[in-house]
Amino acid sequence: MQIGVLALQGDFLEHSEMLDSLGVKVSTVRLPRDLDSIDGLILPGGESTTISKLLETSGLKEALLSRTDLPVFGTCAGLILMSRSIVDGRDDQFSFGYLDVEVRRNGFGRQIRSFEADIDVEGVSPPPMKAVFIRAPVITGVDGGVEVLGRVVYDFGDRGESVPVVVRQGSYLASAFHPELTSDSRLHRYFLEAVVEA
Amino acid sequence: MSIEHPEFATTRVKRGLAEMLRGGVIMDVVNAEQAKIAEDAGAVAVMALERVPADIRREGGVARMSDPALIMEIQEAVTIPVMAKARIGHFAEAQVLEHLQVDYIDESEVLTPADYEHHIDKWAFDIPFVCGATNLGEALRRISEGAALIRSKGEAGTGDVSEAVTHLRSIVGDIKKITKADDSEVYAWAKELRAPIDLILEIRETGKLPVPLFCAGGLATPADASLVMQLGAEAVFVGSGIFKSDDPAKRAQAIVEATTHFRDPAIVAKVSKNLGPAMVGIEMDKVDLHLAERGW
Repeated sequence: MQIGVLALQGDFLEHSEMLDSLGVKVSTVRLPRDLDSIDGLILPGGESTTISKLLETSGLKEALLSRTDLPVFGTCAGLILMSRSIVDGRDDQFSFGYLDVEVRRNGFGRQIRSFEADIDVEGVSPPPMKAVFIRAPVITGVDGGVEVLGRVVYDFGDRGESVPVVVRQGSYLASAFHPELTSDSRLHRYFLEAVVEA
Repeated sequence: MSIEHPEFATTRVKRGLAEMLRGGVIMDVVNAEQAKIAEDAGAVAVMALERVPADIRREGGVARMSDPALIMEIQEAVTIPVMAKARIGHFAEAQVLEHLQVDYIDESEVLTPADYEHHIDKWAFDIPFVCGATNLGEALRRISEGAALIRSKGEAGTGDVSEAVTHLRSIVGDIKKITKADDSEVYAWAKELRAPIDLILEIRETGKLPVPLFCAGGLATPADASLVMQLGAEAVFVGSGIFKSDDPAKRAQAIVEATTHFRDPAIVAKVSKNLGPAMVGIEMDKVDLHLAERGW
C-alpha cells in the first residue's frame, strides 16, 4: 500500500511522518503524475484558498476528478476541499464535493479561538482523542449518507453547540482538527485499515 | 454529552498555525485592495501595514504599528490569516493587536524599536508571535521569549536577497553542527549562542528548530523563493517585492507557484516568464540603514 500526501501547501510533512510511523509507504503529490502509484490520498491542513488555487494550476484538480476510486482523508483545509458546499469561503473557491456536508470556513473564529480538546471518536479506542483545532472549519450541515464519527461541544459565544468534527462517507474520511499535530496516529490507522483496505 | 474543556492559546495551537502556513507565501499589503490581490494570487496570509519596508526606508521617520482601522479593513477584506507588526519591545502595541484579534503578531525590526534592551514577553499573549533572526542564537532567544515562528530578517525593503541567504545559511548551518555536538560541546554552543541549554539539546535531538523557520527580507522573484526554500526555509514572506513591481497580481501568483514547486526548475522557469520589471531595489553595499541589526 502506498499513500500520497498532497504537498502543495500546509502541514503535509506531519502527515507523512505519521504515516511513516505506521510503516506505510508514503509519497508526496505535487503534480498529476504523482497520483499514478498511490492507493489513498491525504489532503493536509493549510490554507484552503491557496491549496485550491494550486490544485488548479498544477493540473491536479482535473487529474483527481478523474480518479474517483481513490480513498481520501482530509484534515481541516482538507475537509473544506472535500465538502459539497462552503460558507464564508471565496466565491470562486473550488471543492471536490466528496462529502455531502456543508462547512463554514474559520467557523470557530480567528486564531485566538483556536483550541485543543479531548474528544471521543468512533473507531478510535480507547477514548479520548486529543483534537487540535486551528482556525478550523465548522460542519454546519450533514446529509443522510454521511456518518458522524466524532463531535465537539463548543461555546460559540452566543450559544453552546455540539458540532460534528469527524465525518465519513464511503471511502472519504475527514476531520475538522489536526490529528497530525499530535502523536496520536489512531485516526490515520483507521483510514488505512477501515477505509483504504476496506 | 459532556462539555469538553477547550484549551486556548497553548504552545501547540500557537505553533500549529505556523505549521499550516508552510509551503506558502505571506505578503505585505497596505490596504484592502492589495489584500484581495494577495488572496486572489494564493497568499497563505497577509501582513497588514501602513508602509512597505521600501517606503519606510525611502521616507524615513519613526515607523510604528499600523492604524487599527486599516488592520480591521484588511481583516474584513480577506478570509486568510492577517498578521500585523509591533515595534520590538512595544508590548502595548502588541496588546492592541491582540485586542484586534490579528492572527499573528510580528515583533519586527522593520519598525523603529521601542526598547533597546528587551523584547516583548511573548508568553504573556494568547496571539502567537513571529520574530526575525539573523543567526541561531537570536532565533533561540526569541523562542525562549515565546516566539512561535522564526523568520530570517534579511534586509527588508531592498529587493536584495543576499542578507536573507546569509541568515538562513547561518541558522541552518549551526543547526547541522549542533546535531553532531557531544555532551560537553553542547554547553559551549549554549554559551556561544547565548541560548538556553534546553533548546540546544532539543535541536541536537531533532535536527531542527522547535518552531517553523520561514524566510523574509529582500525576496523579489520566483527564483528567490525557490532559492531560500532549497536552503531550508519552510515558507516565505514577501514584502516590497510584490507591490513595488510592475504587475503585482501576476508576480504574486508566480511566487506562490515557485514556493510550492521550488525543486522543479521547469515550473519556476514557466512562472518567471514575462512578469515585467521586478522592484528596482538597492544593493546591500549601498544600504545606509541596516534594519537587520535591530534586535538583541
